Amino acid sequence: MAVTRHTLSVLVEDKPGVLARVAALFSRRGFNIESLAVGPTEHPTVSRMTIAVAVEDLPLEQVIKQLNKLVNVLKIVELDSTASVQRELVLVKVRADLATRSHVLETVQLFRAKVVDVAADAVTIEATGTTEKLAALIRVLEPFGIRELVQSGMVAVARGSRSMTGSELRLRSAS
Amino acid sequence: MSESLTGAQSLVRSLENVGAEVVFGIPGGAILPAYDPLFDSKTVRHILVRHEQGGGHAAEGYAQATGKVGVCMATSGPGATNLVTPIADAYMDSVPIVAITGQVPSASIGTDAFQEADIVGITMPITKHNFLVQHVDDIPRTMAAAFHLASSGRPGPVLVDLPKDILQATGTFDWPTVLDLPGYHPTTRPHAKQIREAAKLIVAARRPVLYVGGGVLKARAAEELRKLAELTGIPVVTTLMARGAFPDSHRQHLGMPGMHGTVAAVTALQKSDLLITLGARFDDRVTGKLSSFAPGAAVIHADIDPAEIGKNRTADVPIVGDCRETIADLVVAVAELYKSGTRADLTGWWKQVDGWRETYPLGYEEPTDGSLAPQHVITRLGQIAGPEAIYVSGVGQHQMWASQFISYENPYTWLNSGGAGTMGYSVPAAMGAKVGRPEATVWAIDGDGCFQMTNQELVTCAIEGLPIKVAIINNGNLGMVRQWQTLFYESRYSNTNLQSKRIPDFVKLADAMGCVGLRCETKDEVDATIEKAMAIDDMPVVVDFVVGEDAMVWPMVAAGTSNDEILAARDTRPVWGEDDV
Repeated sequence: MAVTRHTLSVLVEDKPGVLARVAALFSRRGFNIESLAVGPTEHPTVSRMTIAVAVEDLPLEQVIKQLNKLVNVLKIVELDSTASVQRELVLVKVRADLATRSHVLETVQLFRAKVVDVAADAVTIEATGTTEKLAALIRVLEPFGIRELVQSGMVAVARGSRSMTGSELRLRSAS
Repeated sequence: MSESLTGAQSLVRSLENVGAEVVFGIPGGAILPAYDPLFDSKTVRHILVRHEQGGGHAAEGYAQATGKVGVCMATSGPGATNLVTPIADAYMDSVPIVAITGQVPSASIGTDAFQEADIVGITMPITKHNFLVQHVDDIPRTMAAAFHLASSGRPGPVLVDLPKDILQATGTFDWPTVLDLPGYHPTTRPHAKQIREAAKLIVAARRPVLYVGGGVLKARAAEELRKLAELTGIPVVTTLMARGAFPDSHRQHLGMPGMHGTVAAVTALQKSDLLITLGARFDDRVTGKLSSFAPGAAVIHADIDPAEIGKNRTADVPIVGDCRETIADLVVAVAELYKSGTRADLTGWWKQVDGWRETYPLGYEEPTDGSLAPQHVITRLGQIAGPEAIYVSGVGQHQMWASQFISYENPYTWLNSGGAGTMGYSVPAAMGAKVGRPEATVWAIDGDGCFQMTNQELVTCAIEGLPIKVAIINNGNLGMVRQWQTLFYESRYSNTNLQSKRIPDFVKLADAMGCVGLRCETKDEVDATIEKAMAIDDMPVVVDFVVGEDAMVWPMVAAGTSNDEILAARDTRPVWGEDDV
């Protein structure tokens, strides 16, 4: 069975230790999380994790079932890359002196990125996009000299009008 | 109704509110505030154990014997880490316990304070859920949630960690009417369509087997199981965790499957065309080499935990739900189909199954060196103590013999550590069982290795008036490991000889712990010794059964091999007729 990259959106209660519980489940089964982003949602008590993981289909199903068993996990949806919008953000500090600065800026334009800080011999570039787009940008910037690079985890949302945090999410439940 | 209470009072009130009868624990610095109001509780009895591990296993034994939630308590740091083994054990065997631990004061958490351990972090992968309480007002709802989580759905251990300052603070006691667990919704009602699909397979199968696991006991579904078995006439196998769920004396019972299962049970699964899997989980000790397990069988898999379904073996008909409801629904659905005239003939299947059963019954060879056969001791113990007694084993050869050679007729009369295989489980778990079922005779059947891990709880038993009985099957060795060395390591007995026939003197040890100590070394003395132990009911009794060291557990499927490779006895592979395949 082929190892493929899967994107999971996981709604969790905003409680201490939830991230550790989720992360431990992956490590326990020997899966490497490729990317992880955690942040608030439109519900004040609910956080959303976007987890990218490369696994075979069958163990992935097991992981999803095990995740569902975590008491603080509210809902899990696997997002198909074609039916969702997936974005990462990168901040990259590139060497740019008088001789190369215009080339660097040209690249920034080409990728619809932006310069967020300028120093005498470097610029810091902010770019948003898919994993592939950001990888391409970095490849092009590499020859100029990358001094520092930091990248966020991926966040993703399904296309269309339906909401993952919609009405079926039972935020209050009876015993 | 709100009331102003300290955290410690709130904890004890919560225990009273959930109906906890008993707490097995040891006080210490961080949990100390809780022990003050506990001293005054009219309904919660505290049993002061000698080691926290014993407290944890006692809570398990209590829970497994009664079906109620067992409670254990310990202080922070080493007190809490001593609970790790029983918590892991309870997690593997789905035993409902709540572990309450003291924690260093909130302000000291994370500073490597005296007796600090991150017990919530440590037990995260071995609990169903755990809590670090951060505010005194959260205690009632946390305790209510802990007991609900431990006992509902697939049961399991829940840990509640309480920092000392939270126990000392004064807050408002508000008992919750509704639990705030938005992410917890165990499915208990089985899906009607799945029940219909399963019933169709059941009535049509020509070589079906009811593969019964511990979930049937957890769901208290023994009665329903018997109805389904008798309605369908299908052979039944009960796993190590399900012994007692179906009477051993019943004609349809083939015994235990797995590594040390009966030839009939193992072979029936291998040759089956339909496994009706009820609350079992295709554990490696049952399946042997997974890819060759029951190769011709379709699988109905009923379990309350959706993550068990398809984990090891693909299910053709998955049913998520409570086993009692599932089996009850299956009885109705199958009866319905029978009425319409659909019913496969099982005569040929039974002829085969009976053939295996007759040719390869459980048995053992009398030792030629004149030593006492451990199997004989256990057989006689089961016959003399009878099917109403509760048997609690440790882990190893004696556990397998106790599972094989005692006839279990009633649910909740066989307690053991199945999934984790925790040596030392027996004595403290027997103590817990005796607390839960004081009217029952409770026999711990232990090995000399296991016994030396946790026997100090006999002191607790003697002091607390818990007259359990312990049969030490003393072969002087770590017997199961020795058996593997005999079979797979050319009889090189590296570090398995405990010399416990010489040291310690178990009779003197029993005496020192306030118990009656007896010894039995010959076959002639076995019955009289057991009867003597049975006659004592005001003190714990320890019987040192000195047995031969060469006895082995048979049948056996070697680890990692196919169940088809089962050996009925050493070098004896069953012969299947041509028409058996």
